[in-house]
Amino acid sequence: MVSEPVLKELRRIVGRDGLLESPEDLAAYSIDSTFAEHRPDVVVLAATTDQVSRVVALANREGIPVVPRGMASGLAAASIPFTGGIALSLTRMNRILEIDRENRTALVEAGVITADLQAEVERIDLFYPPDPSSNRQSTIGGNIACNAGGPRCLKYGVTGDYVLGLTVVLADGRVLKTGGKVIKDVVGYDLTSLFIGSEGTLGVVTEALLRLTAKPKAVRTARAEFALLDDASRTVNAILSAGIVPATIELMDETAIACIEEAMGLGLPLDVEAMLIIEVDGADEDAVVAEIEAVASICRANGVRAVNVARDEQERATLWAARRSVSPSLARKAPNKLGEDITVPRSAIPEAIRRIKAISAQQGLPIVVFGHAGDGNLHPNILFDRRDPEQWEKVEPTVAEIFEVSLQLGGTLSGEHGVGTLKRPFMERALGPLSLEIQRRVKQALDPQNVLNPGKVLPES
Amino acid sequence: MPHLTDIRRPSEDDYIYCIRCGLCQSVCPTYREYLSETASPRGRVHLTRLGLQGELELSPNLFEQMYACFGCLACNDICPVGNRPAHLALAMRDVQEQVRPAAWKRPLFRGLIPHPTRMERATLPLRLYQTTGLRRLVYALGLRRMMPNRLRDLESMLPHLPQRPLRQVLPEVTPAAGETHRRVGFFLGCAQSLMFADASAATVRVLARNQCQVITPREVKCCGMPAIGYGQREVVLELARHNIALFEQAQVEAVVTDCATCGSTLKEYGELLADDPEWAERAASFSSKVRDVHEILMEIPLARPEGRLDLSVTYHDPCHLRRGQGVWEQPRELLRMIEGLEFIELPEADWCCGSAGSQLISHPQTSLKVLRRKMENVRETGAQVITSGCPGCQMQLHVGTRRYSLEAEVVHPVVLLDRAYRKR
Repeated sequence: MVSEPVLKELRRIVGRDGLLESPEDLAAYSIDSTFAEHRPDVVVLAATTDQVSRVVALANREGIPVVPRGMASGLAAASIPFTGGIALSLTRMNRILEIDRENRTALVEAGVITADLQAEVERIDLFYPPDPSSNRQSTIGGNIACNAGGPRCLKYGVTGDYVLGLTVVLADGRVLKTGGKVIKDVVGYDLTSLFIGSEGTLGVVTEALLRLTAKPKAVRTARAEFALLDDASRTVNAILSAGIVPATIELMDETAIACIEEAMGLGLPLDVEAMLIIEVDGADEDAVVAEIEAVASICRANGVRAVNVARDEQERATLWAARRSVSPSLARKAPNKLGEDITVPRSAIPEAIRRIKAISAQQGLPIVVFGHAGDGNLHPNILFDRRDPEQWEKVEPTVAEIFEVSLQLGGTLSGEHGVGTLKRPFMERALGPLSLEIQRRVKQALDPQNVLNPGKVLPES
Repeated sequence: MPHLTDIRRPSEDDYIYCIRCGLCQSVCPTYREYLSETASPRGRVHLTRLGLQGELELSPNLFEQMYACFGCLACNDICPVGNRPAHLALAMRDVQEQVRPAAWKRPLFRGLIPHPTRMERATLPLRLYQTTGLRRLVYALGLRRMMPNRLRDLESMLPHLPQRPLRQVLPEVTPAAGETHRRVGFFLGCAQSLMFADASAATVRVLARNQCQVITPREVKCCGMPAIGYGQREVVLELARHNIALFEQAQVEAVVTDCATCGSTLKEYGELLADDPEWAERAASFSSKVRDVHEILMEIPLARPEGRLDLSVTYHDPCHLRRGQGVWEQPRELLRMIEGLEFIELPEADWCCGSAGSQLISHPQTSLKVLRRKMENVRETGAQVITSGCPGCQMQLHVGTRRYSLEAEVVHPVVLLDRAYRKR
């Protein structure tokens, strides 16, 4: 519980407007994009770094948990305040402070919506590449906290690859600035990287200096259908070995294709094991066209059943709409779904999918698989109805088995969603005791009182 | 409080499939202004679930969140799962009326709004205010500047009112000009009759000009939207049955309306009465005949207007037309048919203007915040005329032009088409 004097002080810091206390407010802030739920004791909507600093200092003094939050579209329950305390929302810090065309950087507040920043810089032919599929309902701060990825990351890299510097409020309220408008910087430990992907457990990111690139002028997209999953996988490797780096190579297995077809009726084949969506982009139209043709011939040399290049923007948009519809179309099949994001070495994709299918058959829960084949990042989605206790009790063992598959094949638990609370139990198995010990010491050094997003990322020792 | 299982309430299927992705937040005008999840569709869906499952008290504040929704339907439209948070908020207002009925609503929604004659009498003082010269006096003496801000906004919502409600003036049968190709019914909405009579008169002229015989039943009652908005579901069903029977008698091939809100409500009669064995089929058949005026005009071979209008014109999409009825290309096509008219696309044309029926009265702060975003976009177009086929939007845009000192005229697109026909 947060005491009345503390509430009063919070009110003094953020104003009446910035403090939400009603049971309805607390309920609205009890969720993210998982099925987990827990209400905070109070919601603080901060508007400036200074406010964040004063709120965190106060919480640290009083030993109140602070759980930072953007638009709460995370998939690992990292922003759910399981320990109560303060839900610290940064959505009101939504100003783009500077776009520097000469140095190609953007300085933004943490609450800027990723898609808004992208639209803004694209107006002047610049480009912010990281593209989590939640880019319209997630913020730069949240993307940094989870080091979000997306389809384009194959060519362009993840959020962390675009962060040049950060403003971070530390657990004691002091404000740390890291990095700057330089591409090269090897002075001291890389603290910027330390905070990227730390899920609000080491500090609260309030501002970010981001690297921008030039907006690609041409794009071409192909759809390739494979009777055999192994052929699709070989094709992915063949494309990359040929020196072509597509912006995206998306894979859908037969279960995912069936879902898309049911939702959109595009006339997709239901008797193939896999489908790839491959997109190449670049500054030169002719080069891009040549590349997509090269991709098509590689597909043909590797047993593709059909490959089609989108003829116009509308066909391309339909392809992407199909890809994006996979996840939501699952929601119509069952009231609950749990989307994982294991990442395996590229060559292990077919084996991973085969083993996941075996788990699905054995547990009796449908699992739909799609993902970013180019970087080995797969999204097995487990479908279930939480109201059915028999189904619900199978979910956790199913997840555990999927993680085990990934680790056995040399992969990792999460490519882009993060750990939150959902993957904590598997951390030791994934990283080993020494790595965990070091990480706990880092946490101890930066947040000795354990007020910043307690109970996330690191398992209890 | 009656037990929750005994009342009319949204089905579990209307909320348990929410995957909480939060995509709705990106398009919700109230979320984008307040940046608070309580004011977001996802938040409202979650509150609904908790409230109906007994995990959270159905408190006045919980219901207030349902009233904070502007009903712009943007969340319904974008939801990847096909949930309808905006409809859920309306259904929760219906729940409120059953568990915590508000006393003031009964006389308004049962005693006044369903009765056109009483509505006309009730609005008489407003007509007198304008027609007797009192309004001019208020302006001349600078009294308007002395009004509190809120009253001033409400005052500037008032369009130039007709001397007599159109319902009393419009003939029940308007013959087609030349050959009769179709016999259509015209659903004259309350706001159109009482306030935007010029627009509806234009609609009837334009239909007649395009070989339609127009039947305007005088006994038509309110479409029911205000009652839906305030949780008076019973009233809505009564109004629906009345209007359906009326147009059955008129034997028309289409029921045309020039009010976006009426149109979207009339098109929902089928869904509203789906569980009523006696009315389900009749309601579905009625709804299938309903056409917004832009919709029908672009369906039939529309005669090219002879006159030119040298005007720059922009168009604001009413939520109830674009998302409620999927009509957005037709008004633009219609305007582009007018020679001399320069059409300027409005940035974010389909973003809510903040009117949402009565939000300027019930939630003035939010309404004006949403309006500011709209007017900034309007200013960018530099258009001389803002068009929009919804009385609520027109009133709101009118307030906007006053508040932001824009010279632009606010009219229904059909009014411009009518002007072009009549100008040779």
